[in-house]
Amino acid sequence: MNRPAFLASFERFAAPGRLVALVGTALLLAAPMLPWAYRPALDDMTFWFAPSPLQWCGLALTVVLLACLVLGWVVRPQGRRSLGRRLNFNRGARAAAIALLAFVAVVLVASALELAGLVALEPGGWLALAGAMLAASGVLTLPRGEEPTLRTLRSPAWLQILGIVLALAFVLFVAAYGLDLDDPGAFFSFGVWAGVVVWVAAQVGLLGWLSTAAGQNRSVLVLSAFVVAFVFPFTQNGSDANMSIAAGVLIFAATAMGLNIVVGLAGLLDLGYIAFLGAGAFTAAVLSESAFATIGWSPPFPIVVLISGCVSALLGLLIGSPTLRVSGDYLAIVTLAFGEIFRISMNNLDGTDGPNLTRGSNGIPAIPNLDFFGFDFGSPHDIFGITIGRFANYYWLLLLVMGLIILVFTNLNRSRIGRGWVAIREDERAAEAMGVNTFGLKLLAFAGGAFLAGVAGSVKAHVDVSVTPDQYIFLESAFLVAGIVLGGMGTVGGVLVGATVLKLLPEKLRFFEDYRLLTFGLLLVVMMRFRPEGLMPDERRQLEFHDDDEELADEVADDVAAHRVGSVVEGTSAEPGSGATAKGDHR
Amino acid sequence: MTAHAHGASAHPAAGRETGAPASGLLQARDVTMQFGGLTAVNQVSLDIHRGEILGLIGPNGAGKTTFFNCLTGMYPPTSGSVLLDGQVLPPKPRKVAAAGVSRTFQNIRLFHNMTALENVMVARYCRTRTNALDAIFRLPRHRREEVETREVSQRWLEFVGLGHTTDLLSRNLPYGDQRRLEIARALALEPKLLLLDEPTAGMNPQETREAEELIQRIRGLDIAVLVIEHDMRFIFSLCDRVVCLVRGEVLVEGTPAEVQHDPRVIEAYIGGSVDLPNAAPAPEASLAHLQPSNPVLEMPPNAANPILGARRRRGDHDA
Repeated sequence: MNRPAFLASFERFAAPGRLVALVGTALLLAAPMLPWAYRPALDDMTFWFAPSPLQWCGLALTVVLLACLVLGWVVRPQGRRSLGRRLNFNRGARAAAIALLAFVAVVLVASALELAGLVALEPGGWLALAGAMLAASGVLTLPRGEEPTLRTLRSPAWLQILGIVLALAFVLFVAAYGLDLDDPGAFFSFGVWAGVVVWVAAQVGLLGWLSTAAGQNRSVLVLSAFVVAFVFPFTQNGSDANMSIAAGVLIFAATAMGLNIVVGLAGLLDLGYIAFLGAGAFTAAVLSESAFATIGWSPPFPIVVLISGCVSALLGLLIGSPTLRVSGDYLAIVTLAFGEIFRISMNNLDGTDGPNLTRGSNGIPAIPNLDFFGFDFGSPHDIFGITIGRFANYYWLLLLVMGLIILVFTNLNRSRIGRGWVAIREDERAAEAMGVNTFGLKLLAFAGGAFLAGVAGSVKAHVDVSVTPDQYIFLESAFLVAGIVLGGMGTVGGVLVGATVLKLLPEKLRFFEDYRLLTFGLLLVVMMRFRPEGLMPDERRQLEFHDDDEELADEVADDVAAHRVGSVVEGTSAEPGSGATAKGDHR
Repeated sequence: MTAHAHGASAHPAAGRETGAPASGLLQARDVTMQFGGLTAVNQVSLDIHRGEILGLIGPNGAGKTTFFNCLTGMYPPTSGSVLLDGQVLPPKPRKVAAAGVSRTFQNIRLFHNMTALENVMVARYCRTRTNALDAIFRLPRHRREEVETREVSQRWLEFVGLGHTTDLLSRNLPYGDQRRLEIARALALEPKLLLLDEPTAGMNPQETREAEELIQRIRGLDIAVLVIEHDMRFIFSLCDRVVCLVRGEVLVEGTPAEVQHDPRVIEAYIGGSVDLPNAAPAPEASLAHLQPSNPVLEMPPNAANPILGARRRRGDHDA
């Protein structure tokens, strides 16, 4: 991003600017001790000397700002390898101050909206705003300096592991606390806070270091990510409502991850992917023990999962083999049509227009809960005194499905097949001339992605209890693609972030539901303008979007080289940037 | 396919067959390629022997690259057939590649966002057998083949002198290195025949000499090389035989000495207003005479030069 020229002329005032920022910081430190609001709004910010959780959040960010201001002043960037050069404190201070301004503003606006208006705000809030504005204007004078290079720092393994664990603990905290916030304003403010914390970490250079650490300690990352995901239900105090949201996010994320094989790895735009999820769900439904199931055969669930996957994969082959010879836009249109054909077919297989398979638009309700060896997924269990409800049970099952899909995704990506996919994306004709079976590889991505969607669908049928055609409309396919584009094509972390944003926000911000599509549309437009590669892109993908960025190219080359350490091979480097924000990453 | 209809046995004496069948590696029989009304390649027959370096020259637009595309299955020929070791080559690029014919491209077509090593590893695709299940579950075959692929690819990089570029993105390599990387990628397919489309285009004399030396070493591996070039000094010092293609037809075929003194070839390059087969020989002219002092023939094909002009004049006659 280019910096406006007039900002450069401010740098003459760096010393007084830093002083102004420090004054603002002092105000920000004092503000949480005062009440911000007249009545409890987002959370209870009415007490003297007793900061509420949100105020603590602001306080933590203020401490970071203070540290950056002081360190940026004390530690001069000397020598190429000094810490002052590797960590850019001035950028950190700038980011932290702007982040604080945004956070305080969001908190105040949200409070005012929920209370009687601005009149309900107490002096503490105004003090915080004043402090944030002072700090933000002060940091604008600080010299920007160079891009931090902490990512190339060699650090001991224990430190890297500690960093990964702390980052994942932060993720767990954000997920657990955020999901528990019922108040939309509080949830939104907290979400903004979590976002800006990650941004500040990126600006200082910490995120780069974490991504390197994650790349070098993949097994630690995978293990701790899995542990975090596993213990998550224990943080929700048996709340079935929260866990149902979490299960919904997981289904969405698992499906998007399957689609990411098609879109992100093989580079095929599939706009009808939801049909494969639907095919799996309907297969599982008609083979279930529901009284409405139209086939009088209900094999054990593991077999149902396999059948569902195979039915979807068969559909994938059927639609893929004639259409994968065309490319790009044509494929998108054909798959879009296929999605509609699927939905309409499911509507028509009702006994009057066709054989009675799906009971038409009524769908198949009353699908019973799963029961593994006496473990009933429908009833709550007490583990360590914490109630694990129905949705938490399914959450764990979905976690398993997710693990499978991530395994397929990463291991295919890091094999000769993944290399073939990259080659196809880069230059299909050259790949073909080099002996790569381009058609076969595209078909493999298509059918494999469909299989995984079918597997996810078979679980979804049981989680949702009923399966109807109108759950599998085009809009859902569009959301899946949007989740991938938002998060970043071709990465595990990106899909997790994208899926969480797209699925969690609507659940928590119900009052905004009417504007949901508008907001996502705007979000995507803004993304396309400023970061077309997504929030956490695959580095090679990033290069494809920024063809002339030499610095980026060097970085990618470094990373590809670094990643080879300790692994058999990788076709394309999986993303390293997932450490701080992603829930999980595999190998 | 028409390619199957015209077997080698159907036209045993067709074309300008020069080599004994026993030593023939690739045989092109009456290959014709038409685009609508335009005949880009007309009844070209050509034999390539094991371990030989065959040069393919001709003015721009003579159909050299189209002929390459016919050989490699990128264009299925309108008629005629191509045989490798007596087997008809299937008209699919990847099957041709698997059969043992690999190529480089006139305009470099590397996978730019992959590293040098990864570029070469892609070409090992059809020499490895790991399937999706092996890869997903990291079965022994996958591990073994990945290690092997990496080692073999690194060796090819070193063979062309790019051993130090393993982890560099191919788009960051200098131009000459990109050309060599393309050759390494083509070699990793373990071809019997390597087709080079203007391997020295845009190179300086030093790089050209290195390329010549590299091609000699490739021949040392018992790989036949068919090379298109405009640099006559390069062609005549490197090749065992030279074929001159003009207007989609084989004009002259012979040793470098024969070809470079052949008046018809000079005619084709410098231009003339007569029917080519009956061209009146210009007695004392020879490409060799022209060539050392005349930079024209070393120019990259797109530079403005008299040869280009000659082609245009002939184009008028075609129309």
